[in-house]
Amino acid sequence: MTSEYLRPAALDDALRARRQHADYMVLAGGTDLYVSAAHRPEPPGIIDLFGLPALVGVAEEPDGTVSIGAATTYAQLLRSELVKLELPALWAAAREVGALQIQARGTLGGNLATSSPVGDTLPVLLALDAVVELASESGTRRVPYSEFVTGYRVTALAKDELITAVRVPPRPPGARQYWRKMGTRRAQSISKVMLAGCAQVEGGAIRHIRLGLGAVADRPVRARAAEAAVLGQPPGAQTAERARAALAGEIHPIDDVRSTAAYRLAAAQNVVARFIESLAEP
Amino acid sequence: MKLDFEVNGRAVAVETSPARRLLDVLRQDLALTGTKEGCGEGECGACTVLIDDEVVNSCLVAVGQVAGHRVRTVEGLADGEMLTDIQAALVRFGGTQCGICTPGIAVCAARVLEREPEAPRARIRELLSGNICRCTGYQLIVDAVAEVAAARSKRGP
Amino acid sequence: MVVQQSVGTSVPRVDGEAKVRGTALYVDDIAVPDALFGATVRSRVPHGILRAIRRDPAFDWSGIVVATAEDIPGRNTIYLIEEDQPALVPIGGRIRHVEEPVALVAAPTRARAFAAAAAIALEVEELPAVLSIEDALRAEVVLHGTDNVFKRFEIRKGGDVEAALAAADLVVEGTYRTGAQEQMYIEPQGMVAHYRDGACHLIGSLQCPYYVHKAMKVLLALPDDQVIVAQSVTGGGFGGKEEYPSMIAGHAAILAKKAGRAVKITYDRDEDIGATTKRHPALVRSRLGLRKDGTLVAVDVDVVFDGGAYITLSPVVLSRGVLHAAGPYRCDNVRVVGRAVATNTPPHGAFRGFGAPQTTFAYERQMQKAARALGIDPIELRRRHMLRSGDTTATSQTLTYSVGSVPVLEAVARAAETPISAKQSGGGKSPPVRRGRGIAFYFHGAGFTGSGEQRLAGRAQVALTKDGSFEVRSSSTDIGQGALTIFTQIAATALGVDVARVRIAEQTTAQVPDSGPTVASRTCMVVGGVVERAARALRARIEGWAASRGIGYADAARALAEAEGEVSETAQYEPPPGIEWDDATYTGSAYPVYGWACCLVDVAVDLDTYEVTVERCVHAVDVGKAIHPIIVKGQIEGGTLQALGWALWESVVYKNGRVANRRMTDCIVPTFADAPEMETILVEEPYPFGPHGAKGVGEIPMDGPAAAVANAIEDALGVPFDSLPILPEVVEAALRGRR
Repeated sequence: MTSEYLRPAALDDALRARRQHADYMVLAGGTDLYVSAAHRPEPPGIIDLFGLPALVGVAEEPDGTVSIGAATTYAQLLRSELVKLELPALWAAAREVGALQIQARGTLGGNLATSSPVGDTLPVLLALDAVVELASESGTRRVPYSEFVTGYRVTALAKDELITAVRVPPRPPGARQYWRKMGTRRAQSISKVMLAGCAQVEGGAIRHIRLGLGAVADRPVRARAAEAAVLGQPPGAQTAERARAALAGEIHPIDDVRSTAAYRLAAAQNVVARFIESLAEP
Repeated sequence: MKLDFEVNGRAVAVETSPARRLLDVLRQDLALTGTKEGCGEGECGACTVLIDDEVVNSCLVAVGQVAGHRVRTVEGLADGEMLTDIQAALVRFGGTQCGICTPGIAVCAARVLEREPEAPRARIRELLSGNICRCTGYQLIVDAVAEVAAARSKRGP
Repeated sequence: MVVQQSVGTSVPRVDGEAKVRGTALYVDDIAVPDALFGATVRSRVPHGILRAIRRDPAFDWSGIVVATAEDIPGRNTIYLIEEDQPALVPIGGRIRHVEEPVALVAAPTRARAFAAAAAIALEVEELPAVLSIEDALRAEVVLHGTDNVFKRFEIRKGGDVEAALAAADLVVEGTYRTGAQEQMYIEPQGMVAHYRDGACHLIGSLQCPYYVHKAMKVLLALPDDQVIVAQSVTGGGFGGKEEYPSMIAGHAAILAKKAGRAVKITYDRDEDIGATTKRHPALVRSRLGLRKDGTLVAVDVDVVFDGGAYITLSPVVLSRGVLHAAGPYRCDNVRVVGRAVATNTPPHGAFRGFGAPQTTFAYERQMQKAARALGIDPIELRRRHMLRSGDTTATSQTLTYSVGSVPVLEAVARAAETPISAKQSGGGKSPPVRRGRGIAFYFHGAGFTGSGEQRLAGRAQVALTKDGSFEVRSSSTDIGQGALTIFTQIAATALGVDVARVRIAEQTTAQVPDSGPTVASRTCMVVGGVVERAARALRARIEGWAASRGIGYADAARALAEAEGEVSETAQYEPPPGIEWDDATYTGSAYPVYGWACCLVDVAVDLDTYEVTVERCVHAVDVGKAIHPIIVKGQIEGGTLQALGWALWESVVYKNGRVANRRMTDCIVPTFADAPEMETILVEEPYPFGPHGAKGVGEIPMDGPAAAVANAIEDALGVPFDSLPILPEVVEAALRGRR
């Protein structure tokens, strides 16, 4: 039985509640926590962060860093011209999350906290070198997203902390972003393979490359071997083949109820190759 | 816990656990059985309602979260005797067969056409893709919604 | 005043307004004061002996009612065709599938009921399980008889099939596998049971009130008039609510009797997917012998259906599968052997098409292979060798009435004049895409097989009620397919009145005669025909009464009602002439008439992601007569998408006999965004013995499109696809295998 429902109006209140009640459910959109809720015992308490103003919004800082409040919904991301322009891979990922109803409630912070291997925005955060901002009553810290996930559905979030924001540093000038999701169907689907890419080409060579893959491991991963294989190379079919070959050695997806290892590998290789090839186009 | 919110334009007060699903409170406490449960996972959209004009799956919302907010269900679409144009079109065009998905679709389509009145058929499909229908194959529902969009644009603002 | 005949027009659905308002009452919407909620304790192992049922002593059992097999008043069986399936497995009895019901609990809240069910543990001495068709055929573990075969059929026509194959110019051989398919009605199953004055009242989500009625009489040891079964507004069935509601009804009734209170059982989606019936998985092996011009000289098909743990409907599903297995083509030498086998999986059951989709997939894949091997255009191959009026089928039935094979094929031939779209996806360098086109041509027998309809002897009554309005009484239920509206139109037209003066009586066994089940594409054609005869008889009576009093017909009905109270006419099914069927030899007229259809599908295969997109879908269907064109169109499109789903997206994954993907997230069906824009062509070749020429349409659209999709993907990639579903994973493996 839920003994207490708290809807903090300000971040301080939220942090205090979190410290005082580590066992309370921190709830925002509920699109993961409330799946099949009727079958589970009620949480001892709820801290409702949905719509908390301090945690909602997208802002650009003078140096080009984009800061997104953790309680920003996918729908809000989609309505943000800033996100569409500056973080098109994130915008594209948000667009393919579930459907309208899920987008209206699901939040970026929720995607991070749940840390599912198939979380749609997570490969993008890897590809864009995002930093997670965590706050507690003791203070604030920032953890690169690449260090945030420590195990299967386990994160660095401490029992007295809340995710407050995601910060995306300035992208290399002229960098292109890429997003491709292979789901079980065209909408309202769980991912089988995801690729988020960010690359900059200068002087005929790839100067910056990030490949974030989802659904091929117990957490989103950077395809570092594939990145190394293309860094400094001219974009195009030959370099794409190097990436393809390197990828085969570094990811080991599994068979599960949704897909097969062979499919995940082949599709991941194809879309990585496609991305590298596309960098050759103006 | 006492929770005050608005349903279909009327103020309601419910005394219940704030963790209960909004879907259950609507159906059991407020006798608004028009909103349906098809899956309990946020997959099928049969439980679609509006919260402050956003379409949501009410099976994924804790009732505590709607305190102080406005909820609209299928029962709150029609104006008494008169069906909305979307509801009438769903009947006329064969967009309802067994009817279990219909309330969710009626609510979602109402909001979708308000936000994107010029949505072409492919976009209508994308916007409604969170509502599953097993009976119609979707064709006649898209016909109905597209027809309403066309009729509204002909009538003008 | 001339009343416009409503048959042939798309009047507003009579139940439409309630559905769009959200006021239609499905079983979980019905307020049942003081009802308890029921939950089911189920086996977690596929095969074993039940040794004990143990309640957790630490659980608070106050207010909980528990029922087991010992609480069953009558025979512990859910009677359908045989009596082999128990309602609850008794101690010492055999558990035959995961999710098999063993005990029931009822509690004041649903949460308590589920918690109580979880607090009951079963002790089962496990036995080796049979988990596939291959396991069943090997018969190392025998579940049924001596060889695990529930039922066998054989169809023979003409001479020695082996000799004809040996003499053929080309033999096309193929093995086709299709998996289980979940009906996925959006309203999960549910029933409410309540005893009142010794009688058991049941209401719930169902297709066949009289099937439940028959089963409950046996289970509860009650006579005819002490079991009352009614249908609540039902949110989809597709066959999935043909037989299974009897199981839930039985459970609710057992609990209601023991508790002395009403009991409501509704399934959550995971229990529904995990425990209820699915389409029969199938293994079909086919050999076609052809001449160079495509003439079929031999058809040899072996059909095996996985029936699951109990017989249930398998003999009838197998029958239909086998009767369609040779396809709608001329051939002098046919052998079809079919077997339904036992496995330790939840019993498989009715799903739209009922065996025909599985064997249609096989024969249309075979015809595609034949066309490719012989270098004959696929449409031309069908045109040359399809059955036409006057031809005989594999059971030696001469086709006479309503043979729409030519118009449906030619409609698709015209559609095929538009070439495959060469459009590219937008923006930048497009991913490599291969496109292909496939067709499927097929038929579907309408109504029950052979003498089935005569045995059912379906009845309907049309009454002039005291207030001068008319009421149609039949047990045919509306499950979304528009039965209420169609019957209203048929009756109103026959009576010569406006549809507003006709209503349909609630489908409760207390008030309506047994019209036969709402299945087999028979509701409009067979029961609608009976309704029409009853309505005509009633009209004649009113006219007669009016004439003798010199009153015009328009005023007569009200005047007669005032004078004599309710007046009604009942009609019973009469078979059309010339339908002779021999059950022993499986020869003769298998069905009084067939629907005919042809489907064209264009696909695009993305070579990066191996995803298949259906870019065009054309479906021409001969329905005899479209009583309500929009309803008919809706049936065709709904069935078509279920078939496309079966081909491309839908699969039920079993692990050790248990459904592993039992949430809608993982057991997917197509969304708005997956469904193609569909072109539906209604063809009308009137059937003289159907109301206004109508024949069955509910199932036929399910039979063919999957084969058309597989044919299209083969056309695109040059690789055969002989199993369903054709997931991207399957495409990837096939392309890799080819390399």
